[in-house]
Amino acid sequence: MPAVSKGDGMRGLAVFISDIRNCKSKEAEIKRINKELANIRSKFKGDKALDGYSKKKYVCKLLFIFLLGHDIDFGHMEAVNLLSSNRYTEKQIGYLFISVLVNSNSELIRLINNAVKNDLASRNPSFMGLALHCIANVGSREMAEAFAADVPRILVAGDTMDSVKQSAALCLLRLYRTSPDLVPMGDWTSRVVHLLNDQHLGVVTAATSLITTLAQKNPEEFKTSVSLAVSRLSRIVTSASTDLQDYTYYFVPAPWLSVKLLRLLQCYPPPEDPAVRGRLTECLETILNKAQEPPKSKKVQHSNAKNAVLFEAISLIIHHDSEPNLLVRACNQLGQFLQHRETNLRYLALESMCTLASSEFSHEAVKTHIETVINALKTERDVSVRQRAVDLLYAMCDRSNAQQIVAEMLSYLETADYSIREEIVLKVAILAEKYAVDYTWYVDTILNLIRIAGDYVSEEVWYRVIQIVINRDDVQGYAAKTVFEALQAPACHENLVKVGGYILGEFGNLIAGDPRSSPLIQFDLLHSKFHLCGAPTRALLLSTYIKFVNLFPEVKTTIQDVLRSDSQLRNADVELQQRAVEYLRLSTVASTDILATVLEEMPPFPERESSILAKLKKKKGPSTVTDLEEAKRERGSDINGGPEPAPAGTSAASTPSPSADLLGLGAAPPVPAGPPPSSGGLLVDVFSDSPSAVAPLAPGSEDNFARFVCKNNGVLFENQLLQIGLKSEFRQNLGRMFIFYGNKTSTQFLHFTPTLICSDDLQASLSLQTKPVDPTVDGGAQVQQAVNIECVSDFAEAPVLNIQFRYGGTFQNVSVKLPITLNKFFQPTEMASQDFFQRWKQLSSPQQEVQSIFRAKHPMDTEITKAKIIGFGSALLEEVDPNPANFVGAGIIHTKTTQIGCLLRLEPNLQAQMYRLTLRTSKESVSQRLCELLSEQF
Amino acid sequence: MQFMLLFSRQGKLRLQKWYVPLSDKEKKKITRELVQTVLARKPKMCSFLEWRDLKIVYKRYASLYFCCAIEDQDNELITLEIIHRYVELLDKYFGSVCELDIIFNFEKAYFILDEFLLGGEVQETSKKNVLKAIEQADLLQEKTEAMYHNKSFIGSKKAY
Repeated sequence: MPAVSKGDGMRGLAVFISDIRNCKSKEAEIKRINKELANIRSKFKGDKALDGYSKKKYVCKLLFIFLLGHDIDFGHMEAVNLLSSNRYTEKQIGYLFISVLVNSNSELIRLINNAVKNDLASRNPSFMGLALHCIANVGSREMAEAFAADVPRILVAGDTMDSVKQSAALCLLRLYRTSPDLVPMGDWTSRVVHLLNDQHLGVVTAATSLITTLAQKNPEEFKTSVSLAVSRLSRIVTSASTDLQDYTYYFVPAPWLSVKLLRLLQCYPPPEDPAVRGRLTECLETILNKAQEPPKSKKVQHSNAKNAVLFEAISLIIHHDSEPNLLVRACNQLGQFLQHRETNLRYLALESMCTLASSEFSHEAVKTHIETVINALKTERDVSVRQRAVDLLYAMCDRSNAQQIVAEMLSYLETADYSIREEIVLKVAILAEKYAVDYTWYVDTILNLIRIAGDYVSEEVWYRVIQIVINRDDVQGYAAKTVFEALQAPACHENLVKVGGYILGEFGNLIAGDPRSSPLIQFDLLHSKFHLCGAPTRALLLSTYIKFVNLFPEVKTTIQDVLRSDSQLRNADVELQQRAVEYLRLSTVASTDILATVLEEMPPFPERESSILAKLKKKKGPSTVTDLEEAKRERGSDINGGPEPAPAGTSAASTPSPSADLLGLGAAPPVPAGPPPSSGGLLVDVFSDSPSAVAPLAPGSEDNFARFVCKNNGVLFENQLLQIGLKSEFRQNLGRMFIFYGNKTSTQFLHFTPTLICSDDLQASLSLQTKPVDPTVDGGAQVQQAVNIECVSDFAEAPVLNIQFRYGGTFQNVSVKLPITLNKFFQPTEMASQDFFQRWKQLSSPQQEVQSIFRAKHPMDTEITKAKIIGFGSALLEEVDPNPANFVGAGIIHTKTTQIGCLLRLEPNLQAQMYRLTLRTSKESVSQRLCELLSEQF
Repeated sequence: MQFMLLFSRQGKLRLQKWYVPLSDKEKKKITRELVQTVLARKPKMCSFLEWRDLKIVYKRYASLYFCCAIEDQDNELITLEIIHRYVELLDKYFGSVCELDIIFNFEKAYFILDEFLLGGEVQETSKKNVLKAIEQADLLQEKTEAMYHNKSFIGSKKAY
């Protein structure tokens, strides 16, 4: 049996551990453990009081059993008892048990806290140390509540031993991380900063961690730490290698402390004081210089410690991003490391260079290393290093080297590890789009991506290539030719069939003149893939076919035959069957003109941020789409007429009637003849939540909207299926609106998806937050959705609420304007006549005043007018205007960024049945908007 | 630092220290995943890897892997030397430490770690100061058993 080396030999423990190690099987081990547990239980329960040693031994055995992975449900009390022992080693085991096995048993916590409190007050530094370790190890909220006040006191007390100070500093750090609210800043903070000057380097080391964490949250309070940290750092880097005695590590002076100080400095911008700044620059230069000196030892510990400091210094240089000279030197240093024989250094150099690439001062310098990085991609044996190389290539890419980098990434993709393929695909797709001068190159690149790594090409990527082809007519012919050629391959990825099908459906005509790609050949080629594809792709191909009917009348009968076949018309998949039925019908009943209109080429997509970029950023915004796949399919089914069958014999577009609502817009008004509005565009709906997929505003939406300008609650929209009610309240620049969706039918609504849509402009000034609602709304049921509103700056538009759902097999799509208007953020202001006119005069410049003269739409009733002005949000000021028939009001519009004082005056002219409304505010856009809103009310 | 794990080549966990609150279930899951990931790596590979949103820094000493999880901002190389300094501390205390020392004296391994790191941060880097604290405790000890060592762990000094 191996003996215990030192200290308190617990022979029984060693025997037990030996036994466990000798167990030949898991069963034997469990048996031995159960025997031991029974033994310990009986000892703890026995009438004979156990001595401290035995208690310690048994608690230690329990701990061992727990660490083996078994559950322990007793012994906590005995461990707590050990805490009050006067023997250090017994106390120590008690604390260890508590640290490892603590649970929130409140009774026990109180006892533990009591013991900790006693030890903290004991003035025995060893005991205090154990108590502080325990607090830091457990770090629970209960501990923070009990000790957050004591620990800072111990930390800054003059008579505290150094070792206790160290523990107190890190203990406080742990408590601050757990419960920052329980560790308020106070008198102790400035004394803590001065620990940076402490003589004991161990104290400085511990304190620096604490200060760094506190400074991140309270930079103002800890500002003075900057100059102290710089001078400390300076003393360290200029010290001779033996000056710091035991704090020198393999000839490197205090590497841990140096790294921590450099971290602390990264909480702040470059020092403003030129002297401090100069000293820091000197430090950083010294560190860079030392990297060039021959090593003082061949041990890897020496170079690791030295380079740890160097990398942290480089991080600081990059963080400051202000000294071109240092940045370039850093870059050169990293360049050396790129070719170092130590894999670790190559890895870190690639990682560090990534951040350097984004600095304008060093971007060019980073680019000079491109060959080395490409080489790393090809030759590194460790996938984690290759991953860094990919990241760096991505970061250093710009227009000048995009073609080369994309080509290298593509060729790497052929052999890349599966774990990182999707990420590389996204990166290639983004770079190809971002730096495409020539869009034929872009199309080639994406098709290559699909060829090489089709399984890893996510929807976002192939959606995007289609968006770009549709929007750029210079590349459409090339794209059609290229996909046609790519589709010739005997085995091609389903994603290619999707892209190919879509593009040929739109632009197949551009290559149809070539007999090698005549309409029939195109169709046969696509259809040869049909049976190999899944349902979503087949659905897309069916849409392509109906588009072909329009593009190429000569293949119409061939396509009709395909649509008519049993495998389509009686397909078990409802979606496919429905499309086949509808398209066949459409091709039969519609005239060429109508076909040409309905199946017209897609309108361009609105320009917006690339969805792939968003995917790479993994932005997790408050998604209103509950089930993405479903939602996509749902919108997909809106393609080409939606699932609502067009009645036979009805020429859809020429006889507008709700039932001929070919575009499946549900409650939307009948679509007038002519090109379909972009909102009903074919396939556009497939692509994420593009605003263009939204139905036009429902009839009466404007009127309803106006009714809510002066009130907050009521019914916003109602049709035969759905009622939408609102309740809202606003305070200063914040508001909360509850939207109630009532299902008026006895049938469930499925995939019920309300979406709030703001234009880019509006998004910048109005922030709306909401959660998705349950996608199923039972018949007769009502669901509610809360919207949190914040007015950031003044705005003139209103958000649109779009609701999509499925009711008994038909797709419904409703849009209404949501009455969140600028005046909701009014706070009324009372003022006397004199004040009013004084301010009125101050706001007399032409930009500040907006006036409107309009005819009364409602009976001119004084009381109603007063109620409306109050409902509008401003104060109604009595006895201010010399003419008692006039109304004046005053208030302040609250936005997050500013407050805008507003004065208004409404002058009725009963005889003429007219009003004159004048708005004066300090901001023209506000005057304008308020005048528009209010003038609609009378 | 978020946690430190010591495990053997066979995947047996020898020491675990957690500096962030996690449930036992999570701890077990993380341990299982990470032990697997690290053991699957080849000897010459680099000591760092990305894992979830953490950076893993690990090094093997004879039969034992030392593995630390640090955050994005943390310094990999200095963490590697944290591991080394901890090994040195164990070595100095046990006198040529081996895996068995850590198995049979796991409590000591925890005590030494607590003196060196607290709350996931370096508390004291001086070897002398750390061991002083531990040895003081040993002096308070009533009896000392004869000691002999099975020196299989680390073995030759070359290992680090």
